[in-house]
Parts: sequence; C-alpha cells; structure tokens
Amino acid sequence: MTGILVPQSGRVVVLGTAISGLADAERRRFRIKRMGLVFQSLALVEYLDVLDNILHAYRISNALRLDEAVRSRARSLASDLGLADKLRRPVGALSQGERQRVAIGRALLSKPEVLLADEATGNLDPASKGRILDLLFAQLERDRSTLVAVTHDHELLPRFDRVVDFREICET
Amino acid sequence: MIDSFYLATRYLLFHRVRSLTVVACLVLVAALPIGLDRILEESEQQLMARADTTPLLLGSKGSSLDLVMSAVYFGGQHPDPISLAEIERIEETDLAYAIPIQMGFFARGAPIVGTTIDYFDFRALSVAEGRSFAILGESVLGASAARRLELGPGDSLTSSPESFFDLAGAYPLKTKVVGVLAPSGTPDDLAVFVDLKTAWVMQGIGHGHQDLSRVQDPTLVIERDAKRVVGSAKVVEYQEITESNRDSFHFHGEPSSYPVSAAVIVPQDDRAGTLLLGRFVDGSLGGQLIRPRAIVGELMTTIFRIKEVLDLAVAIVGTAAVLALVLVFSLSFRLREQELQTNFEIGASRGTTARLLAAEFLLLGGASAACVALVLFVLDRFNSAIVRGLFVT
Repeated sequence: MTGILVPQSGRVVVLGTAISGLADAERRRFRIKRMGLVFQSLALVEYLDVLDNILHAYRISNALRLDEAVRSRARSLASDLGLADKLRRPVGALSQGERQRVAIGRALLSKPEVLLADEATGNLDPASKGRILDLLFAQLERDRSTLVAVTHDHELLPRFDRVVDFREICET
Repeated sequence: MIDSFYLATRYLLFHRVRSLTVVACLVLVAALPIGLDRILEESEQQLMARADTTPLLLGSKGSSLDLVMSAVYFGGQHPDPISLAEIERIEETDLAYAIPIQMGFFARGAPIVGTTIDYFDFRALSVAEGRSFAILGESVLGASAARRLELGPGDSLTSSPESFFDLAGAYPLKTKVVGVLAPSGTPDDLAVFVDLKTAWVMQGIGHGHQDLSRVQDPTLVIERDAKRVVGSAKVVEYQEITESNRDSFHFHGEPSSYPVSAAVIVPQDDRAGTLLLGRFVDGSLGGQLIRPRAIVGELMTTIFRIKEVLDLAVAIVGTAAVLALVLVFSLSFRLREQELQTNFEIGASRGTTARLLAAEFLLLGGASAACVALVLFVLDRFNSAIVRGLFVT
C-alpha cells in the first residue's frame, strides 16, 4: 500500500491513485505527502530530539516545505500528545510510551489522508495502549484521515470500523 | 541542503567524541607536514640570517658545526678553547679585526658571553636601558634574558659554572647589571654579555682576594719573602666585584695564553677573507677558520634530507589515517542503515542519503580546515620564538 514494494502483477490503488504505476520518485512523493507511517519498531532518529523527530519528514524531502506554520503545528501536536515539556529532550531519554507518541506525531504532522500503523501499540501496557489510541483517533478525527492498522491484539478490534482477518484472505 | 546540514550537525554533535576524533586525525594529517615545512623555512631563514652576518669564525680544530652553534647561536656543545695569541696572530696580518667570544658559563639558564665592546657595534646592538659594560664585574642583558630573569640596570646576576663538578677553579661570580639591550630577534636577546676579563674571572683565571701583604692572621700566609707572598687555602676569594675590591682583582700567567672559545673575524674585504682562509688551509695559522654560512648551509641540507624522510613517514601515516577514517565512515554508514531505510520508507527524496553524508563530510572537513588554519596562525605567530627555542637554547 505504501509503494515501498511494487507488485509483480496487478495494481495497487490508494486514495484513487494507482501507485504501482508511479515512478520511484513519484511514489516517494505520494507517500510522504499523503500517507503517514507508524512503524512497529518506531524507527525514531536517535540523534534528534522530540521536536526534530516530529519534523523529520520535512527535512528529508523536497515535497514538503518546512516553515514557521509547520513548526507551530508540530509544537501544538506535541502538546496534544503530552510532549510539550519534552520538545528538546533526546528520544533516547524517553519512556516507551513517550517514544510511541513521538512516532505518532511524526506520522500525523503532514496531515496525511491515510495513516498506516504497524503494531503501533504493540509494546505498551493496557493503560498506555488505551491512551495512545485515544490520542490517535482524536487526531485522525480532526484531520478526517483514515487509519489502517495491523495488529495481533484482538482487544483493539472493537475500536475499528472494519476488520480484515488475513487468515480469511489467505483462505479465499 | 540546509536541512541536510542541520541533520548532519545534529548527528555530529550527538556523536561528538567520534566527530572530535575524526577532526583531530584530519588536523594532524594536514597540519603536521605544513607546520613542519613552516618551522623549517623559519629555521633556515633565522639560521642563515645570523650566519650571513658572521663573515668568518675562528676556533679550535674539531667540529665546525659545534663551533658555529656555540659562538654564533650561543647553544650546543662548547668547543675546545683557542688561545688569545691565535687571535692576535690574525690581527697581526692586518687583513681583519677579531672579536673574541668566551662561552661556557650560564646565569640562571642564560648563556654568559664574554666579549669586547666591539661585539655590540658589529651586531648593531643598541642599549635600550642603562649603559654598556665598562669595567670588571658588569653585565649587559639581552632583551629576552632581561624579561625572563626580571632584571634591569642596578640588579645583580650570579654566574653558575658550566659543570658542577668543576670544584677546583670556577666559583660563582656576582655581576652588576648595568644595561639591557634593545630586542634584535637574534640569539643575542637571550644572552648575558660581560667583558672578556670578567668571563676569565668567572673561569678562575683572574681573581681577587684579601691583600696578603697587610693581613694580620699568620695562618693566611704560607710563605713570604721580599718578592712574593704565598697565601694559604684559608684566604677568601671575592665572589663579587665591588668598588672597594675591584683593584684587588688580578690575573696570573701570560695574557696571550688565556683561553677564548672563538672569535668572529671581520676581514677588510672579500679578498682579505679569502687570503685568510688560504693561510689556514696551508697551515701557517693554527686552529680553524670557517665561513658560518657554508656550515649552516650544510646543516640545512642535512635537515632537508631528513625532512624528506619525515615527509615520507607523514605521507604513510596520513594514508593510514585516511584509510582508518574510511573504515570509520563505512562502519558508521552500516550502523545508520536502519535510519536511512526509515528515511526511504517515510518517502525521503532521492539523493537524501548522499546529501546527508556530503554535508557530514563538508562539516568535518570545514571544522578540520578551520582548526588547521588556527594551528597555522598560532604557529606563524610564535614560529620565530619556537625556532629560536629549538636552535638556540
């Protein structure tokens, strides 16, 4: 779905765009502008602080322009995620829950139309898990974005509008 | 590109120990050969300038380099002395005049140079404070020596023998500082100048003591007759030359046999110089007469030959350092694979990785270049003093 891998046959259509038919540069551009990614490993940049991690996508692509409005939105997003007092803290000094929130902040900053989350709450205790999901859903609601999540945690399933069981896909 | 520099800066600051190590390596590799070059250039300039202003040098047979280093730069090993008679023989030729130089003693680390007042005229040295030495027991300090020893006219300075094991002859002699020379940027700045006779007193050739013809204590006199009085070891020798005891100072032996370390020989003209050199070649005059310029030229040739070997060593070490840096960067690149993969997955533009690494190289290179420039700036500022310290003290 992200266009990181291209199918050998068939088409992948995301947000009305057949991304499998796009050139590499266009796929990158599509991904960074219209999609947000939360990785299972979080994949934060260890040498950057919280604010710089949230802004990271704007520093590695010409498709996004980093200006004062974006910085302001990043601070506001960090505040919503409960990270306002940790903006200049290295991510290595954060708890797992805080790191998870930084990863979500990075994925949401560009107001993606679709957010892909791979086990976004996989390593969290139940209380943190609930809080993170509440934050995530609130942000997506505000930006009117779609969340596509991969999870093994069946407790989370009631919170989603649609659940696709991969076992069913494999069987058909 | 600005963002790439920002990220590279954050990365380098986060890994500051590694970054500093890389910068230190690059600075060493670049600054070492350039710095060595500049030190050698300055050395050559200083040594040659001094040698050029010393037309000929007379000394005992032996190492001509030791002779030059001792009598021209006031450093190194002191050669065996020649006698005053050998200098007089040169002057008898009417081809040149001679300025004797007597070395071998120090005063708180500064070399004491026994010479005549002609030396100051010959080297165009002017007295900045006080006056030149005029009588026995007076000293004039070079500008740097005066500053280092914190002495000026009116103070006193005591000599120390060249060797502490020389118990038989040389006792410390307190001299009165009567003047300080203006800075000349030459080894003269570091020296203490005394009259040749004062230097001989330091050496024990001249001395002053109680008037034995008037002493009351019979144990002070071993033998007395109409012509001479022989004193015992109990007689106290003066270790300071003052107004009241100056007249008691006297020398024993034939003056022409008194020792002199070397003499600057100033020929009337080039032809006279060549004639004099010829007389030493044919053996009609004793000792050796040399052109300091030729000796220093040979020394510099040897130094530059050694430098070629050093350059090769630096090149090998530099290549090893650069290879080590390549290894560090490739390992670092591997450690950053995850980060670079994440950048790609997020949707980083093509060339982002290349730009990040280029920014990192440029920052490290820039920081190293700045440090090299700073090192060379400081070196240039103190190069002259460093070289004087290397070759003169």
